[in-house]
Amino acid sequence: MAKTRYAPDRGLTARMTLTLFLLGLVFVAFIIILVWLLSTFGVSSGAIVFFAILLGAGLTIGSFFYSDKIALSAAKAVEVTPQSSPEAAKLHGIVDRLCALADMPKPRLAMARSPMPNAFATGRNANKAVLCVTTSLMDGRLDDRELEGVLAHEMSHVAHKDVAVMTIASFLGIIAGLLVRFAFYGELFGGGGGGRGGGNNNNNGGGAIVLLITLAVGIVVYAVSFLLIRLLSRYRELAADRAGALLTGQPSALASALTKVSGDIARIPQKDLRQAEPLNAFFFAPALSGKTGASLANLFSTHPTLQKRLDQLSEISEQLAR
Amino acid sequence: MGFLDTLLGRTKPVQPKLDDLFAVPTAAITLQAAMGLVPTGTGSVCFRAAEGRAFSDIEKDVRELLSMGKDAAPVEVTKDSYGFTWLVCRHAADDVEALVTDLHAVNSSLVDGGFGPQLLCTLVSFRDDSGKRLGLVYLYKRGTFYPFAPLENERRDSALELQVRGAVGADLKIEPDLSRWFPVWGAPGL
Repeated sequence: MAKTRYAPDRGLTARMTLTLFLLGLVFVAFIIILVWLLSTFGVSSGAIVFFAILLGAGLTIGSFFYSDKIALSAAKAVEVTPQSSPEAAKLHGIVDRLCALADMPKPRLAMARSPMPNAFATGRNANKAVLCVTTSLMDGRLDDRELEGVLAHEMSHVAHKDVAVMTIASFLGIIAGLLVRFAFYGELFGGGGGGRGGGNNNNNGGGAIVLLITLAVGIVVYAVSFLLIRLLSRYRELAADRAGALLTGQPSALASALTKVSGDIARIPQKDLRQAEPLNAFFFAPALSGKTGASLANLFSTHPTLQKRLDQLSEISEQLAR
Repeated sequence: MGFLDTLLGRTKPVQPKLDDLFAVPTAAITLQAAMGLVPTGTGSVCFRAAEGRAFSDIEKDVRELLSMGKDAAPVEVTKDSYGFTWLVCRHAADDVEALVTDLHAVNSSLVDGGFGPQLLCTLVSFRDDSGKRLGLVYLYKRGTFYPFAPLENERRDSALELQVRGAVGADLKIEPDLSRWFPVWGAPGL
């Protein structure tokens, strides 16, 4: 019997399960409180909740189905074929082999002009996936093995269906956020805002209380789910690092790519950083990782700290050498 | 990958499928009869070397294993520009069986050492009178074959490849998804 060197990381699995469980718990609690509110105070604010959920679902489904197009146009990326340029040919060559190694369908490849060496993967499933790299990732700063490590990390995001998981996980946060906004405006304008759809007039004391409670619940749910989603995102990054390193068998190459890319990013001027920020959740290394030490910043971060990622990779390296 | 694995961000490295490799000698006869493509006696195994002692030890063992025996052929080791390692075995042109046995020995050593997922592909090369080159590529993870016929300047002779697919379709499991027929430019021994 051949032995396996690819032991799953049970700690990471357990932590991710707990995060998902808590996220589900918050979601269920949120729904129960809403139903209770509505049944106690009548349907006066039903329209608000209804619209928030409808709009939230619309946004989620939209971003789920158009994730590839949205992300590519936000990054101003163009799809490339092997004939486009020597860099594109090299990119295709590396991805070809990784796909054959991992038994995955080949994603479409895109390149974006940017001074930040980075990469991201998007698309709702493996067949629709697009892998995008920035031009500066390919300009020779990273050697071929490091580049391969970065691409293997992104391919792992595709294999783990991270776009789907994160979009669905964000659904709750989006609804809570919309609800807060609606309730806030409803409160501001005397609760009249909600009447448009349902035809209810809630210009009374009960309506105001309901809106206030909805506002409070929405804020709490939004805050908690925000933190949980960030936590989940960090775990997914670690999982992708792990799977990518095991795919190439070269954890140290990925580690050295990480140090190079993070170092380079910290030196890039502010303007580019702000432009790049909305895409952070899908990037290989976040654009705002320059500050160190602040644990509060770590809590809000979409990516684990460099140290944590390097620690995990050196552990994998040890496992492989044994 | 199951639902739970997706939820938890887990992937298991894909294990290679090895047995189909022994169908190559039959296919070689068919290729020779139908298209005049003759095996050159050269074959290679391509894998992604993992870092660390464990893998380099296994790699060394494999090379020693292949260069033993009375009719041992010299084994060449090359690294391509993508960082993949190719072990090239050379045998007499008419002894495809011995070649496949050697290639299989490489596979099983890696699998026994726990590095099965590092295997990428195996290539057996053919040539016809007019100098056309053809590689029969075996994809370990899919357990399928596909033909690869390189021309000058990184172009492929797709017509020849499709013709080969038709000829050996009965002997070999040919990869049905054409997008997985990835090129191996400059593969050693081709």
